[in-house]
Amino acid sequence: MANSTAAPNALPDLKIADRTFASRLILGTGGAANHVQLAEAITASGTQLITVALRRVDPGAGGSILDVIEECGVDLLPNTAGCFTAEQAVRTARLAREAFGTDWVKLEVIGDEDTLLPDPVELLDAAETLVAEGFTVLPYTSDDPVLARRLEDAGCAAVMPLAAPIGTGLGVRNPHNLALICDHARVPVICDAGIGTASDAALAMELGCSAVLLATAVTRAADPALMAAAMRDAVKAGHAARLAGRIPKRHLAKASSAFEGMADL
Amino acid sequence: MNIHVNGEAREGVATITEAVAAVTEARRGIAVALNGEVVPRSEWDRPLSDGDAVEVLTATQGG
Repeated sequence: MANSTAAPNALPDLKIADRTFASRLILGTGGAANHVQLAEAITASGTQLITVALRRVDPGAGGSILDVIEECGVDLLPNTAGCFTAEQAVRTARLAREAFGTDWVKLEVIGDEDTLLPDPVELLDAAETLVAEGFTVLPYTSDDPVLARRLEDAGCAAVMPLAAPIGTGLGVRNPHNLALICDHARVPVICDAGIGTASDAALAMELGCSAVLLATAVTRAADPALMAAAMRDAVKAGHAARLAGRIPKRHLAKASSAFEGMADL
Repeated sequence: MNIHVNGEAREGVATITEAVAAVTEARRGIAVALNGEVVPRSEWDRPLSDGDAVEVLTATQGG
């Protein structure tokens, strides 16, 4: 048997910069109805890394998401969501580093409010600045292989192409582009945004992504904890299928039962 | 002195420490921007000037 060790079929860990993760699912926290539901989803997902946004303190807020993070024993990845310019995003990243003591940042610089698509010019500008300042930069990017390469060349620790626009749940709209990015990247490719259901996450992994980042698909599902568990399994299944090596697609059928030895009936 | 904390005019706020205290009791996971630039916690005793805008920020849910 090929696998006779203590952990048969164990999947390799995810390495980003200097950190290692057993889970390849990163969970965004936006859209959760409350902190109890969020904690249940985080636990069910098996994630080790969750994203948060940086906003003005709300004097009326009941409890902090930092308590949820501590309770669940996961790490925090601050984002620059809502930023439209490189300057805004860089300032937000610096504030996040001050607030949370981490130099990891999910860099998000969007072009407009309708599509929430990344602004590639501002994104690359911000990435270069933050890398120079010692940040570990994980940029949310469009599914453009050239831009992904430029971000990687700029020193980003991963690239995070979208499957579809944020919150749409449309799944992987351009599997060919995503596969091209995965085939050429020398840093982890994390599919970020647009995942709607478990098969979307599995497909992203089958195309060669190193991890999947999703929020809405879980937080706004009818049963967030159950969907979180489905995503956990889908990411694992997609990763395993990728490593296992799928069969080539064929135009015509190929019998799996031999014709040889057929009875003359 | 005309000081804004998180977009609202505040009276009797002379330092960043006082500006933070005006909007939250929390100290963990808080960052402050003064006129758009981050101010390290070690410099929160810095006196504010007329027209200063202080942003007191923390973690919230987000993708």
